[in-house]
Amino acid sequence: MAATPLLELRGIDKSFGPVQVLHDVGLSVYPGEVTALIGDNGAGKSTLVKCVSGIYTIDAGTVTFDGRQVSVHSPRDAADLGIEVVYQDLALCDNLDIVQNMFLGRERKRGIVLDEPTMEQMAGETLANLSVRTVKSLRQLVATLSGGQRQTVAIAKAVLWNSRVVILDEPTAALGVAQTAQVLELVRRLADKGLGVVLISHNMNDVFAVSDRIAALYLGRMAAEVKTSDVTHAQIVELITGGRSGHLGLPPENPTDFADITPGVHQ
Amino acid sequence: MSTTTLDTAGGVTVVKPTVNSHFRDYVDRIRGGDLGALPAVLGLVLLTLIFGIARPETFFSAGNLANLFNQAAGLTMIAMGLIFVLLLGEIDLSAGYAAGVCGAVMAILLTEKNYSEPVALIASLAVGAVIGLALGFLVAKIGIPSFVVTLAAFLAFQGVLLNLLGEGKNVSIPDGFIKSLNKDSLPVAWSWSLAVAAVAVFALIQFLRYRGRVVRGLVTEPVGIVLLRVAGIAALILITTAILTQERAINPAVTSLKGVPIAAPVIGGFLVLWTFVLGRTSYGRHIYAVGGNAEAARRAGIPVDRIRISVFVIGSIMAAVGGIMLVSRAGSVDPNTGGSSTLLYSVGAAVIGGTSLFGGKGKVIHAVIGGAVIAVIDNGMLLMDFSSGTRYVFTGVILLIAAGVDALARRRAAATGNR
Repeated sequence: MAATPLLELRGIDKSFGPVQVLHDVGLSVYPGEVTALIGDNGAGKSTLVKCVSGIYTIDAGTVTFDGRQVSVHSPRDAADLGIEVVYQDLALCDNLDIVQNMFLGRERKRGIVLDEPTMEQMAGETLANLSVRTVKSLRQLVATLSGGQRQTVAIAKAVLWNSRVVILDEPTAALGVAQTAQVLELVRRLADKGLGVVLISHNMNDVFAVSDRIAALYLGRMAAEVKTSDVTHAQIVELITGGRSGHLGLPPENPTDFADITPGVHQ
Repeated sequence: MSTTTLDTAGGVTVVKPTVNSHFRDYVDRIRGGDLGALPAVLGLVLLTLIFGIARPETFFSAGNLANLFNQAAGLTMIAMGLIFVLLLGEIDLSAGYAAGVCGAVMAILLTEKNYSEPVALIASLAVGAVIGLALGFLVAKIGIPSFVVTLAAFLAFQGVLLNLLGEGKNVSIPDGFIKSLNKDSLPVAWSWSLAVAAVAVFALIQFLRYRGRVVRGLVTEPVGIVLLRVAGIAALILITTAILTQERAINPAVTSLKGVPIAAPVIGGFLVLWTFVLGRTSYGRHIYAVGGNAEAARRAGIPVDRIRISVFVIGSIMAAVGGIMLVSRAGSVDPNTGGSSTLLYSVGAAVIGGTSLFGGKGKVIHAVIGGAVIAVIDNGMLLMDFSSGTRYVFTGVILLIAAGVDALARRRAAATGNR
């Protein structure tokens, strides 16, 4: 088991105007492991990812990458560190083929001419490394691919750049059973190759199928970071919905923090 | 039907295409709604046959073929620029009058201001670039829809042209390089050398590309397809040259008239230039990406706004080139240069050629094929003595058919998951 995290967040705060979305959030991502980031809608999962990937800037807290403290101000910074995000809405161009999409914005050139053979070769090697053998041709338009294949291309695009941390935002949300299995297998393989993988998911089956660790967010706070083997399905559901489960999770809320708004009850 | 499976250097298992499977794939693509320029090419052949049968003496003459190049040159140039704009799903309604304004600037500099031809040419292109910059800025940075921006520019440029020329004035340009651009022909020897050189370069590029892929162990097209393509292009260029180098003067004793019209290599040159830019540079790739999914392009770090501005600049520069060709052909510029049907014919040429109005799909060759279709209709119907009213109606119907084919193809594509 890897001792030091590849990516470590500590004390992350993020507010949008008067609304504080993240409170003192910490998260550790280890190389060779899949860390599942879970939480109900509005728990702050997407915000946290956008902070890591440089789309949002954090208000407070530290980001440590590979033992060094770093600051990520733009998606380009994150990419330079080797952090790649596969967004839910894939960000692929339907009218371009697989190779063109994988190299979009980072094309290989010889002089001013695109170096198509090199790009095609690299794309092929990346897909082969991920044991993807389901595409007919690397020159197929992305529009003609199935949902699972598109997700695969999006993931392959993220790992093409010798990335070290790959963050996947709900990669199986729109997929059928067989394609979900395919993508999960791919996620597992990424971790087995030594990458740090963050999997955001709503699906408990997916989480228990591939993850090594689970980090549960509850209303903008990190409720628990646990090993998947140490917890049960039910405990995780409690962490998501209530922020705690037995000895796990956030301390019990103090009832005096809340006003009673039950109709008919007046002080 | 033998298909061999092989592992490429990339390691992804693919099927090595044969000539047969290549054709099958093509048919599949067509059936899947990816028509490209096929309907336009078929239409062009059909129209040529119809007019050829109706007027075999005049339509199928060398003189008329040369005439077609000159007729198509202006609108083809404008259409090439429009294809860049259409690729982003935008439109430039002002391209016609932008051509007129740029042509008028050139003509006035040549005549009233007595500037040399290179200065007048460069000034005309520069005016085009400035127009494009302004349009692109208003669309990309201010966020006004391109339809409105260019509609306003359409009206304004019409006025600018009138003011430049004075009410109803007509400025004739002096004899020289510019006037011969879309009027005269190359000497026969030059025509042949250029044709042979074009074929040789095309064959060489095809060969080098094929070699490059074989050396890397990548999947290649079947040799047969490459040879067929080279042979097809060679036949087209050489046969056209053979026809055009025949004597086509009415009375050769007075003045001899033969050779490829200068307009042909001009069209060919711009075709090669823009095809290279769109297909082989990262700038071109980014244009397709922004047209296909602007958000994905933005996330990939592509400067979307700058791309958007740049296509309007290219569009208006090509409008200036089109204007120069129009002025060269007429030998003069008047308040109607680039007006009436010029713009609509140019948009029509791009769409008939197979470029989508919805962005992301199109090639520069579409401007040439579509331009040829429009020129053939105009030319053929004139030879058959139809009134200009009937010609407009017929051209409208053809455009409608082209747009209909595009719409049906898109539906078909959506149904087969090949958007």
